[in-house]
Amino acid sequence: MTGPSVSELDTIIGNSWKKPAFIKRTWLRWGLLIGALIYLVLAINSVEVNWHRVWEGLDRGARFVAAFARPDFVTRWTDISAGMLESIIMTIASSVVGIAISIPIGLGAARNISPLPVYLVCRGIVAISRALQEIIVAILLVAIFGFGPLAGFLTLSFATIGFLSKLLAEDIEAMDKVQAEAIRASGARWWQWINYGVQPQVMPRLIGLSMYRLDINFRESAILGLVGAGGIGATLNTAFDRYEYDTAAAILIIIIVIVMGLEYLSGIIRARVQ
Amino acid sequence: MVSIKRSDGSQVWRKRTTGQSMVRWFGWLVGVAVFVWAWNFISEATTWFFVWDAPRIAGDIFSRATPPRWSYMEKLWEPIWDTLNIATLGTIFALFMAIPVAFMAARNTTPSRWIVRPIALLIIVSTRSINSLIWALLLIAIIGPGVFAGIVAISIRSIGFCAKLLYEAIEEINEVQVEAITATGASKLQTMAYGIVPQIMPAFAGIAVFRWDINIRESTVLGLVGAGGIGLQLSSSLNVLAWPQVTLILLVILLAVVIGEWVSAKVRGAII
Repeated sequence: MTGPSVSELDTIIGNSWKKPAFIKRTWLRWGLLIGALIYLVLAINSVEVNWHRVWEGLDRGARFVAAFARPDFVTRWTDISAGMLESIIMTIASSVVGIAISIPIGLGAARNISPLPVYLVCRGIVAISRALQEIIVAILLVAIFGFGPLAGFLTLSFATIGFLSKLLAEDIEAMDKVQAEAIRASGARWWQWINYGVQPQVMPRLIGLSMYRLDINFRESAILGLVGAGGIGATLNTAFDRYEYDTAAAILIIIIVIVMGLEYLSGIIRARVQ
Repeated sequence: MVSIKRSDGSQVWRKRTTGQSMVRWFGWLVGVAVFVWAWNFISEATTWFFVWDAPRIAGDIFSRATPPRWSYMEKLWEPIWDTLNIATLGTIFALFMAIPVAFMAARNTTPSRWIVRPIALLIIVSTRSINSLIWALLLIAIIGPGVFAGIVAISIRSIGFCAKLLYEAIEEINEVQVEAITATGASKLQTMAYGIVPQIMPAFAGIAVFRWDINIRESTVLGLVGAGGIGLQLSSSLNVLAWPQVTLILLVILLAVVIGEWVSAKVRGAII
């Protein structure tokens, strides 16, 4: 690091210290600030808020918060348990299928082990899968395959492919080349090269990412029901429509507890494999 | 099973003991059984006739959905503006709320380890594990449909995410700088402003832009449940089966997501 020059020092000495700005270029700093202010004024003015309606709603909000203190698991228990079971099943099945498909695609999307045409095709699949949100895919698949958990299962599998293949490919691209080369130098075939040179290096991260994706798939499966793709979402939507906040609170508590459990489990598993 | 044998068949070395391989084998058995059970459940809940018919339906929808109805674009500018506002204002509000939560959750800045920190962690977990669409549903039931419900839903959903990343950044700061500021006789607030904030500022800006990118994605579909933005148009077009409009809206959403990701990547590149 170079310090200030002598002439700069002359001007600095004697003046009190000022905190250096986060963005150093003055025109950029002020430009961004003024632009942001103009945008904020325009944006806030264009949002119409019906404060009267909000004021009325605060009462309902308070009732909802109160419902969290005494959630009602019992009244709609059959609906809740059926929806939860469906969500969990969709999560498991789609994670297994999604992971199984994303491994070959992940291998194909890594530039250092696959030829250019394969690489481009696999990267294309990843890009499409990542650009489309789950809920939009679910709408299209429900239109094509009809209502039910199959559409949700396919949606989550599709989303898993984009997520997992991309991260797996990045991990393979960042791997240690020397180990893979050593296996190859021993005269290994392509399969053996992948199995003994590449796989051991990426396995811990693959397991960690798979657990993380299982967690995401469960969270997403909770909303797919809103568009008819199976899972707890339909039950939750009905509960809100009927203003049965105690049932809705029960469902949300179950979701939070399962997500926390999954996060804890994935923490343990990741600590063990790494 | 990985093992090395002599030519007469007796073993020299093998990777796992018999017990370990039994446990593994049993684990795989349970895993496969669970998957088969799950698949059976899905299969029973599915009307397979519709599935066999799917290619025809898909072709039918595709032929009706193309070409997109470009003239519908003039009705989309306002929803696009609303979507942008939901994402941006939602992110800004979320950051305002996430900062105190993050300082309460970080081990080195929390005022009390046994009371405040668990509460902050609970806020982080509960806001993070519930999807923004569910928050939107809830807020629509409480404060009525519209852009405002979308903004609040996005900001609540983002608190946990931003606070989690931010408190991890706070825990990783260099304590020496904080100590230096404390040694000058600075008050608690001054220590925070001059010792901690400059260190987490780049992380903070990165998190803000990253979350903004995700929020652009999420705000495009919030309208499906009535929380404003372009999703509202999508939902009404779907309801009247106006497929050419649906195609156009999906293209617009795709473009918005790509632009959002590009901007966020550029800004993060400039910061780091």
